[in-house]
Amino acid sequence: MNKRSSWALPYFIFMVLFVVLPLVMILLYALQDGSGHFTFANITKFFTDKDALSTFALSIEVAIENTLLCILIGYPTAYILADNKLNRSAVTVVLFILPMWVNALMRTLATAELFSMAGVPLGKGTLLFGMCYDYLPFMIYPIYNQLKKMDKSYAEAAQDLGATPGQVFRKVTLPLSMPGVWSGVMMVFMPTVSTFAISEFLTNNKIKLFGTIIQENINNSMWNYGAALSLIMLLIILITTLLQGDDKQEETSGALI
Amino acid sequence: MAEEKDIIIRLDHISKSFGDKKVLDDISFYVKRGEFMTFLGPSGCGKTTMLRLIAGFGKPDEGTVTMEGKVINDVPPYQRKLNTVFQRYALFPHLDVYDNVAFGLKLQKVPEDEIEKRVKKVLKLVSMSDYEDRDVESLSGGQQQRVAIARALINQPRVLLLDEPLAALDLKMRKDMQIELKEMHKKLGITFIYVTHDQEEALTLSDTIVVMNEGKIQQIGTPIDIYNEPVNAFVADFIGESNILKGRMIRDRRVAFIKHEFDCVDEGFGEDVKVDVVVRPEDIYFTTDPAKCQFKAKVNSCIFKGVHYEMWVDTDTGYELMIQDYDPYPVGSEVMLYIDPDDIQVMKKEREANTYAGKVTGEGKVEFLDTEFNCDTTGFQTGDEVVATIRFEKVDLLDHEEEADLTGNVVFILYMGDHYHLTVKTEAGENIWVDTNDIWDKGDFVGIKILPEDIQLSKPVTVHE
Repeated sequence: MNKRSSWALPYFIFMVLFVVLPLVMILLYALQDGSGHFTFANITKFFTDKDALSTFALSIEVAIENTLLCILIGYPTAYILADNKLNRSAVTVVLFILPMWVNALMRTLATAELFSMAGVPLGKGTLLFGMCYDYLPFMIYPIYNQLKKMDKSYAEAAQDLGATPGQVFRKVTLPLSMPGVWSGVMMVFMPTVSTFAISEFLTNNKIKLFGTIIQENINNSMWNYGAALSLIMLLIILITTLLQGDDKQEETSGALI
Repeated sequence: MAEEKDIIIRLDHISKSFGDKKVLDDISFYVKRGEFMTFLGPSGCGKTTMLRLIAGFGKPDEGTVTMEGKVINDVPPYQRKLNTVFQRYALFPHLDVYDNVAFGLKLQKVPEDEIEKRVKKVLKLVSMSDYEDRDVESLSGGQQQRVAIARALINQPRVLLLDEPLAALDLKMRKDMQIELKEMHKKLGITFIYVTHDQEEALTLSDTIVVMNEGKIQQIGTPIDIYNEPVNAFVADFIGESNILKGRMIRDRRVAFIKHEFDCVDEGFGEDVKVDVVVRPEDIYFTTDPAKCQFKAKVNSCIFKGVHYEMWVDTDTGYELMIQDYDPYPVGSEVMLYIDPDDIQVMKKEREANTYAGKVTGEGKVEFLDTEFNCDTTGFQTGDEVVATIRFEKVDLLDHEEEADLTGNVVFILYMGDHYHLTVKTEAGENIWVDTNDIWDKGDFVGIKILPEDIQLSKPVTVHE
């Protein structure tokens, strides 16, 4: 080992202690029963547990809905923010990012309080509102960055070749901003699948998400089943990452904050 | 003057400002059908803005852009029958070569088989036939350039606009592309409007050159006209190398400069009139025949430049001249020199002194250039409109602002053989011209000082109809 690479040692130790070891432990717990014997029972239990499966399906559904909602609101917002004619001030961008400075839990609690003050019944609507509110900046910012760094001459070249403003957007701006959208999707979809705090506070646990049942199992000392569920969730995230990483490999770089 | 039907694009009294800065100032000219026209000028002279107005990216503040007899000020770029090759090519990175080139045709909903035929044809024209499926980012600069040209040509535009298309290529590639562009222009027969800051490129390619500086047209003409007969010191200095000198027209066909008299071919300036004289460095000849010798000089430096040697000589009258010759002369040697009458270009002096409109603000005080100066106001009343005249050599430049009357930046430097003639732009955007022996650099921030006794006041000339 030469001198330089030894500088990496602290990071290496950190990674082993806080990333690799927990992952190995999740794997070990997931594949053991309560008395420490090797078993697949925890995994098969999930696939036969109707409640768990439907919760899982609901989580995915909510996550997809939330992601679409974030794209729907976030893309036009990012587009306006990135346009020099529509937005002349950098302050507006900061205003959109500002909520991220406040702890998500506190924001969620405050939102719940607002709903109860306004007398809005808690349910799926409030859940989606809360999720969208929490994760919207994560969608806006990568798209904004992607649009902001895009060379204006692409749009001009398209116009020059006969494209109307609508065609310029569909054929050039939108396809070129997709890496930003993919980054946004990654940053919104995955955390939404695993979140439990938002559903707890904004639906009073009326709606349970996948994250909620993991948390309940762990809280009730069902470590092995909880670990198995976490493992399944990790695999799902891994698969979605790989799927979108395949066709968008090099382009996602730089789109993140 | 060309006939109206031969004119494809005409600009009439075009002005355009970005914020406070006026980038185009009352521009008028026309482009003939099939012509290769070049806008030439230093960066920031407004040439790209002019091209963008023709392409439709941006509207003029004043004036009209006319194409084939129709005013197109309000026609959006996608409806104009012209196409642009952008400076950094702007090839769409998400499309391959074929789709980039086919972009314009697909928008027009041209049938697929015709698109394929035309893409193949135009790629052949730019010698990129085998690259259809290539990713544009995997191409070299020169190849991207060719694809960009193909993409612009496939729409069969009446006018092709090229915005410094060769600026990003290396020298060898640039030379090759110049020849190809020229051939393409001949073959296609359409109008090319080309923007460049490279005077050599402009001279090589163009039928007509528009020389620009600070938003104004300096000269329009063929490359030969512009090189041989520059109308002012800026053009002479910008196009090729030149010796620009103060001179005096003694009478028709006789001019004095560097304290010698020469025969020339220029007429009509009047007698005993101050002029500027341009002599190209390749037009000063060495001789060993005392009968031919017009003046003597001493070689002061000699540098090999590839084809020729570049020498600086000090004349017997104290001027410095640049000479280019195929044969070197040793440094320190005394040489005899002469200039052919044909090779002396006499130019009207644009101005002989700084003049500004001003106002007397009090006893011994006058205001011009947004600044109050002390000077002799005898014969004028407070409130009188006056014209203040300051000779070029009477303006002092300081490298600090403490004692200065006002400040500015050096924007243009001309070496006149024994002194420098500087153009200084004040903060308010006015020009002050200064003759000095001190060496300043372009862009230098300077303090400007004018002494009271150097300001001469006169009554404004009123024009009676």
